[in-house]
Amino acid sequence: MRNLALSDEILMSVDKAARYIGGEVNSVMKDKEKVDIRFAMCFPDVYEIGMSNLGMMILYNMFNEREDVWCERVFSPWTDLDKLMREKKIPLFALESQEPVKEFDFLGITLGYEMCYTNILQILDLSGIPLLAKDRGEEFPIVIGGGACAYNPEPLADFFDLFYIGEGEMVYDALFDAYKANKAAGGTKEDFLMRAAQVPGIYVPAFYDVTYKEDGTIASFAPNRPEVPEKVKKQLIVDMDKGYRPIEKPVVPFIKATQDRVTLEIQRGCIRGCRFCQAGMIYRPTRERDVEALKASAREMLKNTGHEEISLSSLSSSDYTQLEELVTFLIEEFKEKGVNISLPSLRIDAFALDVMSKVQDIKKSSLTFAPEAGSQRLRDVINKGLTEEDILHGAKEAFLGGWNRVKLYFMLGLPTETEEDMKGIAHLAEKIAEEYYDTVPKEKRHGKVQIVVSTSFFVPKPFTPFQWAGMYSEQNFIDKAKVVKEEIRAQLNQKSIKYNWHEPDVTILEGFLARGDRKCGKVILKAYENGALYDAWSESFHYEIWQQAFEETNTDLDFYTLRERDVDEILPWDFIDAGVTKEFLAREWKHAKEGVVTPNCRKRCSGCGVKQYGGGVCYEGKN
Amino acid sequence: MKVRIKFSKKGPVKFVGHLDTMRYFQKAIRRAELPIAFSGGYSPHMIMSFAAPLGVGIESQGEYFDIELTRTVPTDEIVSRLNAVMTEGVHVISARQVEDGKAGKAMSLVAAADYFVQFREGKEPKCSWKERITEFLSQTEILVTKTGKKGERQVNIRPFIYKMELRGDKIFLMLASASANYTKPETVMEAFVKWLGEDYPDFACMVERLEVYADKGTEECHQFVTLEALGEKVE
Repeated sequence: MRNLALSDEILMSVDKAARYIGGEVNSVMKDKEKVDIRFAMCFPDVYEIGMSNLGMMILYNMFNEREDVWCERVFSPWTDLDKLMREKKIPLFALESQEPVKEFDFLGITLGYEMCYTNILQILDLSGIPLLAKDRGEEFPIVIGGGACAYNPEPLADFFDLFYIGEGEMVYDALFDAYKANKAAGGTKEDFLMRAAQVPGIYVPAFYDVTYKEDGTIASFAPNRPEVPEKVKKQLIVDMDKGYRPIEKPVVPFIKATQDRVTLEIQRGCIRGCRFCQAGMIYRPTRERDVEALKASAREMLKNTGHEEISLSSLSSSDYTQLEELVTFLIEEFKEKGVNISLPSLRIDAFALDVMSKVQDIKKSSLTFAPEAGSQRLRDVINKGLTEEDILHGAKEAFLGGWNRVKLYFMLGLPTETEEDMKGIAHLAEKIAEEYYDTVPKEKRHGKVQIVVSTSFFVPKPFTPFQWAGMYSEQNFIDKAKVVKEEIRAQLNQKSIKYNWHEPDVTILEGFLARGDRKCGKVILKAYENGALYDAWSESFHYEIWQQAFEETNTDLDFYTLRERDVDEILPWDFIDAGVTKEFLAREWKHAKEGVVTPNCRKRCSGCGVKQYGGGVCYEGKN
Repeated sequence: MKVRIKFSKKGPVKFVGHLDTMRYFQKAIRRAELPIAFSGGYSPHMIMSFAAPLGVGIESQGEYFDIELTRTVPTDEIVSRLNAVMTEGVHVISARQVEDGKAGKAMSLVAAADYFVQFREGKEPKCSWKERITEFLSQTEILVTKTGKKGERQVNIRPFIYKMELRGDKIFLMLASASANYTKPETVMEAFVKWLGEDYPDFACMVERLEVYADKGTEECHQFVTLEALGEKVE
């Protein structure tokens, strides 16, 4: 039996000890003497969150299929254990072997969201790995980052040896082979990084230099050695039928993970082109998986995990062309076996309502709409193709079907937003309430209609048409939420409408980290040194720590957040070729300001640039 | 078919809590493709009942739960199918058909349990404690303070200690375990060490549960039988 890295005393004094023991069903044990590469795959948040990340599980599965690699998992110790490990000088370990991360060849870190950046430093620190890449000698693991936030890796450039840009499935085999070849040739870490830099999709920050203008914007960004490419090109699976590596045996956590279910990835990318949405841009082109392959995969994963629920994963499930066939199959095959079917991101229409009535209890479930903006004008600006008519019609159908709960999601602080747009949020909620009372006769109502309006504050992200947009100040954001709140209170059916909004301080920091440059690394480092950790968790997020870090590093937060960028400015992430061209994004930015909508990929090609990859929706019906 | 499963839990999995152990077996039963019965409704759940919750950090050689199957499956086959999908440290020891209905519910049957308790290194009492167990047990009253919803109260746990004896370096305990008189091995050990006149440090003992019993006798004259023995093999 495996020995644990932590003593019984420690495990019995921390919350949810099973986070740290490994040994779950389908976790992979290997003989460390029989592998060439030991890879520590880290999600820098607590176990339950990290174990819900599909990307990490895909790579874990794929790496372990290689006989020469043993991939293990690492998560952030929760604050209780973090404290004990520091006190007792216990090095951070990987779950499977329970051995220190420091002894591994690679430490791979998933960059899922900006607010986990201080947790990355915690991982390095607890592992006994120097935080800055330049301070790490030959004996330390190679630290590599990938995931959504790698599309602007610059704020993290000081801490990583390399990043991969794109879908990890494409890059790692070449990287592992380069690592082994370098080892066999007796090469140094720098030699390996040089080999790695020539693998498409790999970015080695140390091989690029940045200079700045007096105003703080970038003057130049260029490789400092001739062998290294000027642009790093996003890598992706072009042919999902041949290239997709389905997970056969997902690890089954002992404790309840956030996603305690089988996740079936049905497609990548999104045809919609919402201008605020980074995922909708960077994961282009839309690529569907074959419905027969999905059926087989669903069967296999349910059998191998014993999960009681299966969920479809995609950016917009309704756009999957074989959805009806797939969902019908899932209901027929698994409903009788007590398997719940969860269908997030469905557009509310007759089909969706029919399916939802089969898989969930209408009395307990609610309808979700994400209009994102309160007026048609602003929805045109953000290219959200959902109209008021769609929403009211969908709501009406649902009310007739017995639903009486509606959730509405909006963003505040979108470019060109006016007071009318904000008030439009309240008016839309009111119209839905009125629709309920007009549609459902008194005797058939199950009480009042319940409408929950939630707003978040908009954060401009790299590789979106809004990457140049300015954000608002904290006070502006609060004022905007107040406008919505007061307008809701002024509505006839205000008692049926509940309003939630997010705190603006986290949003502002997210905005800073999302579009930051290399100079931002020192702010992250300072904030971490001052005690910032688990910033994604409201109970452990302390804005003052960050404010102090800005002050101590003499960094102007507003430069990164409030400022609208000129389209000619060199942006920190311009060296990445994410498939969508800067010309396309600039065109979309212009169209946004003019309120001109762009049709979805299936209606008309918008010439975004990803056609160069040679697959996906760009070639649908053309093969 | 109502089936009682007996399993052991050793090594790192002792840190998997009671509710998570239940979830673990719910998923294991699906992996084993046993014909489990479900409750009705929109979110059906398995008909499953655990005998006695096991604390985090405690190993066991004798844990029990009951399940309901929709058709008869040979008990040996149930064991082998479950063991084919277990993870390190969890092992199914037996399956027995038991009588239907609420009266046979595993949890309501529990009357007593056996334990091995061992002091952790460096945490054993300084005096020669081994010789004094009999003396400790010869008291008619052993009072401990229990903190419940109604505040603190004194409870005499002596009647709930059925056996306490030295076996090698370990102490063997048989303790009352019904809901009304459930007695934790740690409570007994703490009372013992304090009676010796010493401090009882945190995490002083390692505990292992060995067996769980029902009582077929009376209050005055117990007749303990293992939960396993209440059921029968099915070919």
